[in-house]
Amino acid sequence: MWKLLWKILKTGTLTESPVRTQEETGRGPFRHSASIRHVDAGSCNGCELELWALENPVTSLSSRGFSFVASPRHADILLVTGPVSCHMKEALETTHQAMPAPKRVLAVGDCAISGGVFRGSYATHDGLSSILPPDVSVPGCPPPPEAIAEGVLRAFGSPPPPS
Amino acid sequence: MEADSSPFFSPETGFDRLHGGIPHTVLVTESPDRYLAQARLLSNDGARLLTLWSDSLPAIRAAILLREGLVLLSLSLPKDAASFPSLSSVFPTAVRFERTIHDLFGLIPDGLTDLRPWIDHGLWSHPPLSPSPFPPKRLAQEEDYPFVRVRGEGVHEIPVGPVHAGIIEPGHFRFSVVGEKVLRLETRMGYTHKGIARLFRGRSLPEAARLASRISGDSAVASSLAFSKAIEEALDIEISEGVRFVRALLLERERVANHLADLGALGNDAGLAVALSLYHPLREAMHRINLSLFGHRLLFDSVVPGGVSTGLSEAMIETLLRENERLQAEVTLLERIYADHGGLQDRFQNTGILSPETAGRLGIGGVAGRASGQGWDLRIDHREDPVHRFAPALALDHVGDVASRVRIRFFEIFESLRLTHALLTSFPGPDICATIPDPPAPREGTGLVEGFRGEVLGWVRILPGKILGEAHIADGSSLLWHALEASVPGNLVADFPLINKSFNPSYSASDL
Repeated sequence: MWKLLWKILKTGTLTESPVRTQEETGRGPFRHSASIRHVDAGSCNGCELELWALENPVTSLSSRGFSFVASPRHADILLVTGPVSCHMKEALETTHQAMPAPKRVLAVGDCAISGGVFRGSYATHDGLSSILPPDVSVPGCPPPPEAIAEGVLRAFGSPPPPS
Repeated sequence: MEADSSPFFSPETGFDRLHGGIPHTVLVTESPDRYLAQARLLSNDGARLLTLWSDSLPAIRAAILLREGLVLLSLSLPKDAASFPSLSSVFPTAVRFERTIHDLFGLIPDGLTDLRPWIDHGLWSHPPLSPSPFPPKRLAQEEDYPFVRVRGEGVHEIPVGPVHAGIIEPGHFRFSVVGEKVLRLETRMGYTHKGIARLFRGRSLPEAARLASRISGDSAVASSLAFSKAIEEALDIEISEGVRFVRALLLERERVANHLADLGALGNDAGLAVALSLYHPLREAMHRINLSLFGHRLLFDSVVPGGVSTGLSEAMIETLLRENERLQAEVTLLERIYADHGGLQDRFQNTGILSPETAGRLGIGGVAGRASGQGWDLRIDHREDPVHRFAPALALDHVGDVASRVRIRFFEIFESLRLTHALLTSFPGPDICATIPDPPAPREGTGLVEGFRGEVLGWVRILPGKILGEAHIADGSSLLWHALEASVPGNLVADFPLINKSFNPSYSASDL
């Protein structure tokens, strides 16, 4: 046990200071924090590795007031990865419907934006645009954690969609 | 037995090909009897089925691994074939591969009793890969997927997924439980099916290589390497020593990064939340070095047919050696922390046991196999250059619980770090990439790589004009779902995430 405590003490704080904070982005419809529900709509799991990296102490998205939640009922932002495989369309839409308003859709990665390398397949919808048009998109294959964090901030502060 | 139904290959007859240090042979037959007899003979010799797929020739292909090398058993079917013989009585894991062929091509596996759809979720009006405009109708399917029901007093079902409670890929798990105890687990996959077999067809080589790198993001190096080796075998391309060193180095980096992430997540799933904070910064540091030295955090597209995208310079070797030293020290301490933590070991031990007998019957390799007494590792079994020069050691355990899979991962990290150090200090340089010739006629090739989960197989048919005719890439993930289903019953529902993480199959790589 002392080894663990010694290691924790010695490690100190690894979190790097963020490029932008919530205050600088504008709060949009949400208060001080927002919850994210992630849905993998058929990704190669590369984007998931970078989402995991958001949770590590270096990027530490949670220290900026954002957390990943299990239930869509608790979520403000729907973060989608993958080209929207035909077999995930229904689950994706159901998850979105289960989220309370106000809510935002964030597309992470080239696949979620336009299908990426899987574009043109009989088994995918070539990204979110025809299913759930995203409010904010983060390009990249996969985008680095800092870019995803910036996308989350933009989704957080983005004006409501015109409707 | 008729003459044409006798098996025509045994390991003693010898393998006729050698590429990248792994002997292999391609057996083609038109006789279903011979196909079955050959598979049975190989199975009796202790062979494992790695993957089974169909191409549009049409032909059924089974990749079967023996201690001595790889056999690619191919059954050519007539153009109007409606069925093919099932290997499920020989290799139990053939079932889902054959159900996939049934879904995608409409061909019926003869002798297979379980004909429920697997990849087909009821959205397709006809099998999407069938070459015929009027394909055979797939057998009727029910509205709801018929999971196997467990009946008895107090038995109820827990459906989980496809959307899970966390940052995970989508898939469905159906638990039959009594109280907290799982009686049966059945998986239902196919949610991430992207039609990769079709996407490969007609792609130019560079585009196809990009796709091969994205079969499963965590195995980008292993998949690209298996694909590249297949291309290189098909086109008889000789790879320079320098390139082989860089590729071996990248493969070990991928292994270490994934093992670190899995170990952190396993500690976290067992209730030691600080584990994530201890392991994941190490992985993050590796990703940053990957980006600055090789151009991509996850090493996507770092291995290309004929070579690698970035060579090694003196300065890079220095950076990597420093990182190596740091990782060695950090992981040594972290291993001690895990070993000394009573609460953690209590969750790991006797949880999710995959017995050596079951692992052997299912033909499980990789980390999961080695934790259950199955001592298969391509880097060790074959004289794969340059790794064999440094005498890689086999990680082996016989208990088969989560604790075993944790031990195997630690052992492999240290071994990978040792290999990496050896590769870096004896790097022969320079790493000259080969040019890719244009084949005058269609050519086929196979590549096999020990990825971080286990064997990754790549198979290609390349056409004149350097266009991909067809390709298939498979890692061991499809087999790991069987291993997971075999090891979860008897455990608590709450231990499932821990057991699943200890196997860590890729949903994307099994759905394709």
